[in-house]
This record gives sequence, C-alpha cells and structure tokens, in this order.
Amino acid sequence: MAEMTLEHLRGTLIACAGEEDSVDLSGDVLDVPFADLGYDSLALMESAAMIERDYGIELPEEEVARALTPRALLHLVNTLTAAAA
Amino acid sequence: MSAVRAVVTGLGVAAPNGLGAETYWKALLTGQSGIGPLSRFDTSGYPARLAGEIREFDAARHLPDRLLPQTDVSTRYAIAAADWALADAGIGDESDIADYDMGVVTSTAQGGFDFTHREFRKLWRQGPRFVSVYESFAWFYAVNTGQISIRNGMRGPSAALVGEQAGGLDAVGHARRTVRRGTRLVVSGGVDSAFDPWGWSAQLAGGLVSQATDPERAYLPFDAAACGYVPGEGGALLVVEDAVSARERGAAQVYGEIAGYAATFDPAPGSGRPPGLRGAAERAIADAGLEPGDIGAVFADAAGVPALDAAEARALRGIFGSRGVPVTAPKALTGRMYAGGGPADVAAALLALRDQVVPATARTASVPESYGLDLVVGEPRSIRTAAVLVLARGRHGFNAAVVLTTA
Amino acid sequence: MSRRAVITGIGVRTPGGSGTKEFWDLLTSGRTATRPITFFDASPFRSRIAGEADFDPVSEGFTPREIRRMDRATQFAVACTRDAVADSGLDFASLDPSRVAVALGSAVASATSLENEYLVMSDAGRDWLVDPGHLSPYMFDYLSPGVMPAEIAWEVGAEGPVTMISDGCTSGLDAVGHGVQLIREGSADTVLAGAADTPVSPIVVACFDAIKATTPRNDEPATASRPFDGTRNGFVLAEGAAMFVLEEYERARARGAQIYAEVGGYATRSNAYHMTGLKKDGRELAEAIRAALDEARLDRGAVDYVNAHGSGTKQNDRHETAAFKRSLGEHAYAVPISSIKSMVGHSLGAIGSIEIAASVLAIRHNVVPPTANLSTPDPECDLDYVPRTARQQRVSTVLTVGSGFGGFQSAMVLHAPRGAAV
Repeated sequence: MAEMTLEHLRGTLIACAGEEDSVDLSGDVLDVPFADLGYDSLALMESAAMIERDYGIELPEEEVARALTPRALLHLVNTLTAAAA
Repeated sequence: MSAVRAVVTGLGVAAPNGLGAETYWKALLTGQSGIGPLSRFDTSGYPARLAGEIREFDAARHLPDRLLPQTDVSTRYAIAAADWALADAGIGDESDIADYDMGVVTSTAQGGFDFTHREFRKLWRQGPRFVSVYESFAWFYAVNTGQISIRNGMRGPSAALVGEQAGGLDAVGHARRTVRRGTRLVVSGGVDSAFDPWGWSAQLAGGLVSQATDPERAYLPFDAAACGYVPGEGGALLVVEDAVSARERGAAQVYGEIAGYAATFDPAPGSGRPPGLRGAAERAIADAGLEPGDIGAVFADAAGVPALDAAEARALRGIFGSRGVPVTAPKALTGRMYAGGGPADVAAALLALRDQVVPATARTASVPESYGLDLVVGEPRSIRTAAVLVLARGRHGFNAAVVLTTA
Repeated sequence: MSRRAVITGIGVRTPGGSGTKEFWDLLTSGRTATRPITFFDASPFRSRIAGEADFDPVSEGFTPREIRRMDRATQFAVACTRDAVADSGLDFASLDPSRVAVALGSAVASATSLENEYLVMSDAGRDWLVDPGHLSPYMFDYLSPGVMPAEIAWEVGAEGPVTMISDGCTSGLDAVGHGVQLIREGSADTVLAGAADTPVSPIVVACFDAIKATTPRNDEPATASRPFDGTRNGFVLAEGAAMFVLEEYERARARGAQIYAEVGGYATRSNAYHMTGLKKDGRELAEAIRAALDEARLDRGAVDYVNAHGSGTKQNDRHETAAFKRSLGEHAYAVPISSIKSMVGHSLGAIGSIEIAASVLAIRHNVVPPTANLSTPDPECDLDYVPRTARQQRVSTVLTVGSGFGGFQSAMVLHAPRGAAV
C-alpha cells in the first residue's frame, strides 16, 4: 500500500469533519496542531477510523491521541503500513 | 401569577413554503404551498408519496462546513432558524447579555432520524467500526438544544422536551417558565424531519397520513373530504425574553407576549370522558387573564382526520360558541411539521397580531355545518384583536395551548 | 406561601436491583452488577460489558398485549411506576386527574425496539428502501416516542401536563426537577417523575465504541466501572429506571404520607463548549451546584453526602472533581462523595433518577453507598470518594449531580423532611 500523504490526510479530515472557514488547509500545515486547524478529538477519531479502513491497519487509540500534528499522524500511519506490508 | 412577562423578540422559520419568517408569512398570506411529491428517495410502491419538503435549503450556505458531517438535516434547520431568530432579535457578539442569562429549550418528535438510519445501515451492513463518532449525539432528542447552545455560547438553563406533535408548544411554555425562574433570554421552538425511507414508513405506520395523490386535495383540515395529513419537515425557533430585559437592551421589536400556556393529557382510552384539548385552551386563556371573548383568532391543531377534526371543532364550539371565533390552519400549506408545527404557528400568530390579518386555510372548501366552525378559507381575513390562541395535539393524548397577546 | 415538593414513593429497576430493597442491598454491599453482554453477540464490538437487568416482563405481571406494545424501556418505567404508586400509599383514583402530571426522562427511548424493527424492515441493513408494507403502528411510536410518558399517564390516570424530558444523560435528574417545577408553580399537585433507558443494543454500543467512551476492559467485567480510580478508562453502558411519586408538601402531610425527602433545590446549566467534551475547570457544573444550594437556602457546608455523576471516563471524573472544589470549597475535601455507576453502570437518561433514589435511600437509612472498584489513587481526583465500603453516618442533606452530552450540567439538593423523626 502506498504511503499516506498530507494530501490524503487533508481529504480524510475534510470528509470526516469538514473544513474550518478561517483556516487554509492547502498550505504547509504539517506541523500545525490539529486543534489550531479546527479538528477536535472527535474529528481525529473519525478520521483514524477511516484511515484504518482505507489502509487496512489498526491505529492504537493512545497513539492517535498523542499525534497532535499532521506530521505526527502521518508518521504513525506510515510506520504501521510499512510494518504491515 | 408571575410578575415576569415573557415576550418574543425574534423569529426564525424554516418551512417547506419559506425560509425565514417574513418569506414564510408572505407564503401563508398568498396561499403558496410547499406540498409536493417527496423527492428524497424513490417512493414508488409507498402508499403515501406527498410531503411538505424544504427544497431550497443549501446547508453549506447556512452552516459552517465543520458542522455538516455531524448534523442531521433537522438539526441543520434548527441551527439556521435559531441564527435567524437571534439576528432578528439583534442578539449577537456585541450583545452584553451574560452567558448564564441565556438558555435553549427545544422540542423534537423524531430526533435526527435520517442521520441515524444511515448509521444503522452502516452498522448492520459493514460492521461496528463503520459507525460514525457523531452517532453518539446527532440523533438523540437533545441535539438541537445542545448545538444551538454551543454555537451561541448560551450557558443558562436548557432543556429538550418530547411531546409528539404538541411538544413544540410545550417548549414555548417551558421557555416562559424558564424566563420566570430568572433567565433573561431563551431560544425556544421545535424542528422535525424524517424523510428517509425508514422515517417515512414509520410515519405512515401511524395510520393517519393522507394517501391522496393530488397535492391540492391531500391535506384538507376540517373539510368534509379530509383524509389524513401530509407530513412536513421544518419548524421555528423564537427568541423569548424577559420583557424588562428586552426593553433595557433596546430590542428592535417585540412581536408579542406569551401571555398564557397550558398543557393537558387526554383521559385514558375507554374512560368515556372527553379529550383534554378544551381544558388546555380554557386554562391557557385564563392563564393569560383573559376571557374567550378576548381571543380574536385560533390557529388550530388541524389533524386533517375527520374524527380528530370533529373533536377539535367540538372543543372550540364549547369554548367560543358556534362560529364564535375565526379559526385557521396555515399548516395546510406546509404539512404537519411535528414538533415544529406549534412554534411555526406561534410565529404566524405573532405576525397575525402585528399585521392584523389571519391567513386562510388553503384548499379546504367544504366544512361540515355540524362543526360550527368559522374557518378562514379562500382569502386571508382582517382582524382587530390583541390576543390569538394556538393549539397543538400529540398522538396518544397530548394537548397544548398558547395565548399570544400584543405586547 | 411557596409550594414545596416531596418524594413519597419510589420504584427502581437496575442491574442487580429489581425493586427498591434489592437495589439498596446492592449499593450498600458494594457488589457490582456489570457483566459481559448477553443480550446479543457482542464479539464484534470494542466494549463488550454492560449493566443488564434481569427483567422479565411476564414475571413482572405484564400481559401479552402490554408486552407486545411496550418497548423495553417503557416496561421498566411502568414497572417502576407501579412500585412507586404502591409505595406511596396514595389512592390515585381519588385525585382530580387534571392535577396529576407526568415528567418522564429518557435519552434513547425506544432504541431497542427501533433496532429490532430495523433488522426486519431492512433485511439486516440490505435495503435502504425499507419495506413499506411493514406497517406496525408500534413503528410510529418507536420513531416518535411520545407513547412512553403516555403509558405512565394511563397507568395513574394523569390528565395534567405530561411530557418526556430528553436531555441526554441528565434526563433523569432533569425530569424530577421538571416535576418539582410543576408543583411549585401550581400546575400540578402530584407528579409521576423519573426516567427509563434500555440502551444495551448494538447501535448504542457501537456509537460509544466509536468515541471510545465506554471501557474496553472486557476481561474484568465486574470491576470495569471505576469512577475516580487512576486506572479508569470509560463507562459501562447499562439499562435501568427509577420512578417517584412527587407530591405537594402540604397535601402529603395532610394525608399522613411517608415522606422520604424534600427536593430543596434544582438547577441546570449548559457548558456550551462541545457536544461530548468537557473542559477541565467544571465551571458550569459548579454554577448549577451553587444555584441549587441557593434555591434550597442551604450553605455548602450543610451537604452530608454528594452523589456524583462519576461515569468513570478520564475527562468526566476530573471535570467533576474540579466542579466540586469550585462550588463546595474546603467542604469538598470533607464531604463523602460516591458514584453508584461503579455498581449499576451508566444507564444514560435513566441514571439521574436512579441516583436520586440512591440519595433518598441514603437519607432514609443514614448510610452512604460506596464507590466500588476504587483502589488506585488519581492525583486529579483527590477527594473522599468512599472507596469500596459503605459508610454509616448521618445523612440529612444530599447533593446529586449529572453531566450529559449536549453540555447539560444539572444539580439537585435533597434533604430529610424537616421536623420529621427519621
């Protein structure tokens, strides 16, 4: 399975939890905290569930909760997809 | 008798024949109907196919994007209508009403049913891991109260009431109760929508939905040819305020006062005693400090089912005398919006007081003489009055009545 | 002369608590009634534990017709109503029915029946266009559950105001509060108030799985509900109900009623923050507590026992601890506080009423029920939560609180009948 990119993550977040009107998600947001992007814990849980289904992996709950930025979450996802491969 | 007076300072209506209170009001006066073939799914094979459907609500225009995945269609209407009511009342970021001084009381009969149907389907077709996080709140009966309170930073006493199709008036009555107990402002009303296939089937299962195929003849309140009601979606949210608070902050308009409210429940089936609608109406009138002769118009519950129409007519005859007061049912143009119906009627009743005109009961042509009803049909009718009565009944015996007066 | 509301009859159905006596025995024993889910095959779910009541409608005396038409939650509510009415000794047939009201709380109402019907109508989720020929009139009532308070009204002959209060997890507390308001304002003299929820059904289990609010401690079902414990990781979903006869005080006194307690104060606020999340400061719950004490004209030091919401989630118990400190000040460190959800689980809209029952029985018996399963301290929850063992002490005034999805924060103050020898 291919790596998950920021583009994929952006699409997933928007599909699961919409887009904050005042935030520009198309820029370099890799290190912007999800909270600042307008995504709360529910949004992250919903997105994690979709990622698990799309990528065929299991994302441990505590690790998702600790991934506070897109970079951290992508790192978690891609580490697990690589391991599952 | 409480010294605190609860007045209405803002209106927000989402109805099949109009988005926004003034648009809705104009549609009622011109007889513009929102009833047509239900378009949300393929209804061929269903015994009833006509609905009062809201067709021009672009959720993305009215709500922030992030609220869309987590809201049922009924909640979207509720949030938007509350926004419109608050804007109408001049309540916004610059208002200096404290967060604890504002509450929210709403009613729904069906909850976020379209949303939950989708989630049931995902659960059973695909498995538990496909159920959305938002199912934990998007369908339960308190959702509209919760979302409106969050969106508007309202931390005062809030509630969600369920009283079937009378619940919306109970919400308005409870808003007055909350204001009397010391909360300055309460956003109150009701909204319903259940136009997915399961919600639709469930409504049909009640046995009272009209199976007529002509939109002009499907929902005829008090007509000799009445054959059931047409389900609608939508409702109304109102800003209810302490009259002193409204005056002190310079509210742009006061539509009227919630002068009287009462609720009763019918005697159990088989008791042989009459239904409680008359009692609720009489109590609400007395609660307002008025006599039946003071009431200038009645916005009826209007079930559109002969036995229920006859019972309502009997109650009105008993209070007002035969043809003793103009009666109308503007919901013939929207269908029954369940918990939204009562509040939408309250909005219309307040505008009737403002403009001194009562909209007609569209399409009804032949009212049985025995009803003894002065039903407003054909054209709107001018009135001269300072008091209007609104009625609502819910399945199994709920009765609610509200008296609105010029403030 | 302002009117006062008192509780004169109680009926309870909980996991491990069929009837008031069994319920109180469970609470004082510190035993728990949470177990692996048996109502359906829970193997695909994350949390597979629940508080299931061993409730058999036939043994309860329901007729086949009643069983057919009543959703399980309605059956619980009616069973509790019958108990409460009998317990009160009030002859309802002698009352003016227009002065009798009903305030019934429920969060998910007919969810169990909805799910059962759905499986049939949709062929287990295969059909989006569900079978329109499936026209059971009960289906209307499952969609639009006004029939639930209606059944209570029919049971007691109530013809005054009848309503369902559906404020999520504070429904049960708010329903009794609503009944009190009806009595105080003069709209009713007698109110059947309480709540019922039977949410142990796949759709409800699934939605709490999705937000990870319920505990996945499936290998330790009896000790999985751990309010205020350092190892807590979610609540245990449960079913249950409690109903009360509320009466206007002077009328209750005049007929020589047994009076369990008076509702001295009730208040509700909203956190207006998030549909499911809670802030750490507990500000709005503290404000509800303050307002309830104010209405009861009691100083916070008068509280002998706090019956907590204590759902057992990380965020709730921390939020609630902060609220207690904010509202009760130093007294928060002295007063015993416990969560009976540790024993009977979290029955959503019903639990607020069940907790009022526990509070009232605490006053009656001068015993504080414990928080079961509490053994690992949590520095963020450092108050006296009555670990594991019930405590004999004078209980004259109880504060009970609740917190629910949608932001509801509610509080009620109950106290022993004044001037009565208890």
